[in-house]
Amino acid sequence: MRVVTLKINGQEMSGRDDEDILHVAREHGIDIPTLCQLDGVSEWGGCRLCLVEIEGSPKLSAACVTKVSEGMVVNTNTERLAGYRKSIVEMLFTEGNHVCSVCVSNNNCELQDMSHELKIDHISLPYRYPLKEVDASHDLFIFDANRCILCTRCIRVCDEVEGAHTWDIAGRGIKSQLISDLHQPWGDSPSCTSCGKCVEACPTGALFEKGKAAGEMVKDARFLVYLEEMKEEKS
Amino acid sequence: MTARAAAKQKQIGKFPSDDKRWLIVAAVMRKYGSAQSALIETLHAVQSSFGYLDDSSLAFVARSLRLPLSKVYGVATFYSHFRLKPQGKHTCVVCMGTACYIKGSAKLLQKVDRKYGLKVGDTSADNKLSLLEARCLGACGIAPAGIFDGTVLGNLSDDLVESKLDSWIAESESVSQTK
Amino acid sequence: MINQTDQQISSSDELAALAAEYQAKQAQYENSIFVCMGTACQSVQSGGVLQSLQAEVKSRALEDKCRVSPGGCQGNCASAPLVSLPQRDLLYQLAQPSDVSAIVDSLQGEPVARLLCDNKSDFFVRQNRVVTNHRGLLNPESIDDYIAAGGFVALLKALFEYSPEAVVEQVQKSGLRGRGGAGYPTGLKWSTVAKARADQKYVVCNADEGDPGAFMNRSVLEDYPFRVLEGMAIAAYAVGATKGYVYVRAEYPLAVERVKKAIRSAEKHGLLGNKIASSSFDFHVEIRLGAGAFVCGEETALISSIEGGKGLPCPRPPYPAESGLWGKPTLINNVETFANIVPIVTNGADWYAAIGTPKSKGTKTFALSGRIKNTGLVEVPLGTTLREMIFDIGGGVPDGHKFKAVQTGGPAGGCIPEEHLDATIDYESLLALGSFMGSGGMIVMDDSSCMVDVAKFFMQFCAAESCGKCIPCRVGTAHMHDMLERITLGEGTMDELGQLESLCDVVQFTSLCGLGQGAPNPVLSTLRFFKNEYLAHIVGHTCPAGVCAPVGQDIRRPKCAL
Repeated sequence: MRVVTLKINGQEMSGRDDEDILHVAREHGIDIPTLCQLDGVSEWGGCRLCLVEIEGSPKLSAACVTKVSEGMVVNTNTERLAGYRKSIVEMLFTEGNHVCSVCVSNNNCELQDMSHELKIDHISLPYRYPLKEVDASHDLFIFDANRCILCTRCIRVCDEVEGAHTWDIAGRGIKSQLISDLHQPWGDSPSCTSCGKCVEACPTGALFEKGKAAGEMVKDARFLVYLEEMKEEKS
Repeated sequence: MTARAAAKQKQIGKFPSDDKRWLIVAAVMRKYGSAQSALIETLHAVQSSFGYLDDSSLAFVARSLRLPLSKVYGVATFYSHFRLKPQGKHTCVVCMGTACYIKGSAKLLQKVDRKYGLKVGDTSADNKLSLLEARCLGACGIAPAGIFDGTVLGNLSDDLVESKLDSWIAESESVSQTK
Repeated sequence: MINQTDQQISSSDELAALAAEYQAKQAQYENSIFVCMGTACQSVQSGGVLQSLQAEVKSRALEDKCRVSPGGCQGNCASAPLVSLPQRDLLYQLAQPSDVSAIVDSLQGEPVARLLCDNKSDFFVRQNRVVTNHRGLLNPESIDDYIAAGGFVALLKALFEYSPEAVVEQVQKSGLRGRGGAGYPTGLKWSTVAKARADQKYVVCNADEGDPGAFMNRSVLEDYPFRVLEGMAIAAYAVGATKGYVYVRAEYPLAVERVKKAIRSAEKHGLLGNKIASSSFDFHVEIRLGAGAFVCGEETALISSIEGGKGLPCPRPPYPAESGLWGKPTLINNVETFANIVPIVTNGADWYAAIGTPKSKGTKTFALSGRIKNTGLVEVPLGTTLREMIFDIGGGVPDGHKFKAVQTGGPAGGCIPEEHLDATIDYESLLALGSFMGSGGMIVMDDSSCMVDVAKFFMQFCAAESCGKCIPCRVGTAHMHDMLERITLGEGTMDELGQLESLCDVVQFTSLCGLGQGAPNPVLSTLRFFKNEYLAHIVGHTCPAGVCAPVGQDIRRPKCAL
């Protein structure tokens, strides 16, 4: 491990060479948008919102999985990147059925926040209106596939922190869907411990607590960082 | 009962059913040291033995390889080769690779749909016939190509496909008549 | 018949002696007949022809004089089944079991005119066969045949005469580039893996040939399984690996069977496994079956599939050369790349580097198919022009139709029109034309192909094969497919066409792996060269090729009368 110096958005900074661009930027007050990234679980690199430009590289790089290196020059908010981010979030809105006004996570939703941040005021792509299911078989929680953005945060927290691996993605491509165990009702799951970590980790209203009214469902995944710190202390 | 037979019987007791084909599956898992990385090879073994993967076999594989159920289900549905539903007695696979497409394999499928009412992925109501499509059989030199019950045939024409499917339908009927 | 022996080989001299013995055995025969047993020939019952020939030769008591053997691919699969009589320099096409008596007669007498295939035609003489140099005159399942033809000499030469570094240097000097399509310098990849420090390294052969319209790897594996394994063993020696995997598609049962048999017989001869040829070098090879996922051709997805999981690509770096299979340094090369290693080690890097162009060295196999007279497998030096390939070797477009485009590079490739046919086939020039070398599929289209329909076909493929991990590829390909579908139904608008173009840009630059990054290419290249066809659909509501609706008719769906 060694300390390297780099430039992000013209700002000189230093970081450890085992850190990724996203975290070094955040430590220095530069926010890069993300949806699938969650501190405390492994990186996924799937949402592509944290793509940044690195000078000298023809390709865009995902800040969450790209390590910093000496002399690196990074730009995180060019006009081109902003356009791409908008398109990606638009795609998410057309992929599912996201209706904020009736969503329990209204005002507490990372997808909603992201569209505000990126100033998305309309969707130019056609909506796909897929037929998706709601699973309310669990005693405490509900899974609404209409609002799922397939970020896999629930899968990772369930597998890596709780150790249950109740969730996974079935199928592939546009037909991908979140399933529990052998695609059975969540309430019948033999592996689910009802710990609720997946609900806290979910960025949208796809996973939520039963009995909450719209706007009440406040999520907080910061406990994960705390768990992580405790692990580090032990080892 | 010999000691070996008894051991075998005990092993069968752990299987989802007393079907002897599970011994083949168990042998494949053993070959790969029952490691978690043997998942795909094991699913291949189950499918080639039983024709498809049902919930009980997926659960058995998960338990045997110490894998989460959802992961096994995820892998089984990710790969298009694996089937979660039983197939008909006969299968007709039409190649939809580029060369076959250029030479009219999509039109062949349309004809089959019109005449037999079968779309890709369908199995006829009497379970006689399943229609599937393949990505590319790598038999582009003889496009359009297809696989009829495991045998690759090339230069397919409407007549050739129809005669093949008709013969299957007729054959199954004569079998049911003799019963 | 030559019997397979299980003699263990422990030095180059022993190998040479064994080769001499097998050659002597073969020389006892005055004549030989090879029947192609590749996938295309088998599908038209070449197995029956082989059996009938064997029976015929036996009934005439010629078994000691004429060898009848299964053989490999001759290349011109459209004329299958193919039978060759090498001593008489004859090639028969479209042979049937009823023809065997005439074929055996022709060993002495006149050739059977009605079956003759002109083996001096441009299709054969314009090729330069390095990877497929045995021209099918080798029993693909017999290690004896392979050894008699000089097999394993390169492996033993590498083991006993070269240091691992010297082997890497040879490959670097040869200028060989990855035959999977991207063209990364093979020697550079090898040296990265060789330099990596680890207790375990792996060599993986990528035989997950998923491009629709490409079957070179299938053919090479079916015909030259030993050569691919030998190339892998040389690679393992060079980079310091002891374990290898061949990842083959489940759709290639014959190739899987042949590689399995080849591994077994090479192990019996001490040419794979522990202490190869009594040296201190161990190399074990196993087969892993794909299960129908195109994305597994991407190297990080392939690794995750070998590990037993879904074929989901991971962001690179780290590259597999540093952290691959189970986190260990892993060398992944395509089937054809490994098949090129043996001739490079045997004949030297300079010999190899003399073939091809300054930047793209050597030869490349291509699968010619679609609207072309001579469909099949061909091997040409890089730098051959597309025109030579399609009109001289391929024989042009049949049935009086007019050539429209050639599609190269699979679903990440593009369609190249007539005016660019004088471009050479090499990595850079295809890229400049908005296409891609890819693994070597070449699909010819004529005036009966609609380019919008072709773009839709590829987009449907990419959408169905997208793994779903990253948003732009998962959702973007589905949207692009729907837009193309609307255009072919005459429901597209000019606004939508603009939207399609900007979606191409997003998906190309933001997708995680090559599948998504390449998915827009068929749309972009058809838009570049055949925009008029898009306009005909959108503005004129007609399909010039008569695919979306008969020529001159409106392509729009009739409005419901109710």
